Amino acid sequence: MAKVTFNIDRCKGCNLCVEACPKKILALSHDELNAKGFHPVEIIDESRCIGCGFCATMCPEAAITVEKEGRAEISAAMEKVLMKGNEAMAEAAIIAGCRFFFGYPITPQTEVAAYMAKRMLEVGGVNLQAESELAAISMVMGASSTGVRVMTSSSSPGISLMGEGISYLAGCDLPALLINVQRAGPGLGGIQPAQSDYFQATRSMAHGDFHIISLAPNSVQEMADLTMKAFDLADQYRMQVMILADAILGQMMEPVILRDAEKKKLPEKTWAVTGTGGRRKKNIINSLYLSVEELDKVNRERFARYKIVEEKETLFEEYMTDDAEIVMAAYGATSRICKNAIATARTKGIKVGLIRPITLWPFPKKAFQKVAQRAKAFLCVEMSMGQMIDDIRLAVGGSKRVAFCGRVGGMVPSPEEILEKLEQLNGGGVNA
Amino acid sequence: MNAYHIIIAGHGGQGILFAGKFISYAGMIREKNVSWLPTYGPEMRGGTAKCSVIISDAPVGSPIVTKPDVLIAMNLPSLDRYEPECAIGAKVIVDSALVPRQLVRTDLAGYYIPAQKLAEDNGLHGLTNMIMVGKAIREIGVCAYEDIEAAMEKTVPERKKNLLSANLKAVEIGYNFPRYSFE
Repeated sequence: MAKVTFNIDRCKGCNLCVEACPKKILALSHDELNAKGFHPVEIIDESRCIGCGFCATMCPEAAITVEKEGRAEISAAMEKVLMKGNEAMAEAAIIAGCRFFFGYPITPQTEVAAYMAKRMLEVGGVNLQAESELAAISMVMGASSTGVRVMTSSSSPGISLMGEGISYLAGCDLPALLINVQRAGPGLGGIQPAQSDYFQATRSMAHGDFHIISLAPNSVQEMADLTMKAFDLADQYRMQVMILADAILGQMMEPVILRDAEKKKLPEKTWAVTGTGGRRKKNIINSLYLSVEELDKVNRERFARYKIVEEKETLFEEYMTDDAEIVMAAYGATSRICKNAIATARTKGIKVGLIRPITLWPFPKKAFQKVAQRAKAFLCVEMSMGQMIDDIRLAVGGSKRVAFCGRVGGMVPSPEEILEKLEQLNGGGVNA
Repeated sequence: MNAYHIIIAGHGGQGILFAGKFISYAGMIREKNVSWLPTYGPEMRGGTAKCSVIISDAPVGSPIVTKPDVLIAMNLPSLDRYEPECAIGAKVIVDSALVPRQLVRTDLAGYYIPAQKLAEDNGLHGLTNMIMVGKAIREIGVCAYEDIEAAMEKTVPERKKNLLSANLKAVEIGYNFPRYSFE
């Protein structure tokens, strides 16, 4: 049996859901009035509901939620399941309460959209394949304006196309989850894994002064956990949060436990455009400011918020750095390959560790500054021509050598070539 | 540390990815760390399909298998491509009904089974992959014999539960097929 809940005060009595219901178990109330002064919809016989979600899809006010039992039990049972990274992110978003997905399929991210197409029907959400990525991000903006949890996902070229919309989201301080399952570039590039969108995610998503929070998972479990966290971060700071994954993580299957969403106390969305019910001044979502003073003020307020994010939300993993003379830096799939290289290097007596940034913005500068005091050199490993390496150099400030090992075009660095680089560094006077 | 680095390869539609998923689930039942990485490009629409599976006591680092210690080859191009990449001493299961040659390398152990023919003879059309898996369980022990049924329950999706017994039968056939040398 399914459970239908109505946000009664949002209902305008348009009757669309009543007509859409195949079981004819919805009707407009005869005697009740809602805050807007309409007769709101009610369910006559919930036991006959089949959970098709047609009512929720039809509702122009997004006032109906349909939850179907069965699939939702997966999370309750805490059972380990084998899932693709892309699917785990999609399911985690549903668990986190996301009921709106707008996207456009692109390899190697398509499973997110495919999963949502099936699953949103079951939970009474909205899944819409837009005509382009630009349309999708604009739909995200519309949905987010109303205060709901909303997401989109794409891969590198598609994210570029969304750039304009993401800047508008930032200018309007609208929370949203953006997923980028990176592929090789530039241009259409290729469909194989890459990490060459680091600059885009941390510096130059689009025009204007703004940041987005970038999270970099390195396992299917983290893809699920960070997706849930991303929605909380987005709502907490009214920011756009990106999961920066890559084709390996998106396509691989690993055992994952889908935990229930953490119930965090988040600020109320008093800014959302939900209608006023005649009780207060209406909210307006806008990024255009013709007064220079006002635009200066909102920019400064936004950056004050960014400062708090930098102080409170920086995440990283340190692995065997305690006695390390060479410290590697890698995020996402490459960090896993680095761990393989570390295992072999350690048997050869090379003292090497790893710092894995989990938030790419804010970047864990302090972690690098701390190990720079005792480490002799750094080795940054990326599937790019060298992008994150700039942040490491900025963090350690030229005090230590920062070497690079990278592959592009969809090639993945092997543990052997990383090991070779480590041996060179180790032999190059580092261990003398 | 005990670990299997497995490559299963053949052409799209042979059930390469499904076979990998089954082996992964079998590993999961025994609380092993597992990873499964498919090909996802145009291969999915009928080219060469490949699937890398790692089953390990330790957490899996890179999910990419560059030096397989187990190779399941379901057509000639796959054997040509991955035989040179195999680790020394790797065990190779070959569908001798589809691959008209023996292993070239002498430092590998080859196991030959005419899986495609066995599938057709037993009315198990499309289950060549599971016959190969059965052989791999027998010769290499990629998973425990007792776990076959439980792993299959998890791997076969709800809407295809009617095919469960045919899949199990295919694994049985592969498992019980006698070892023979290539002629």
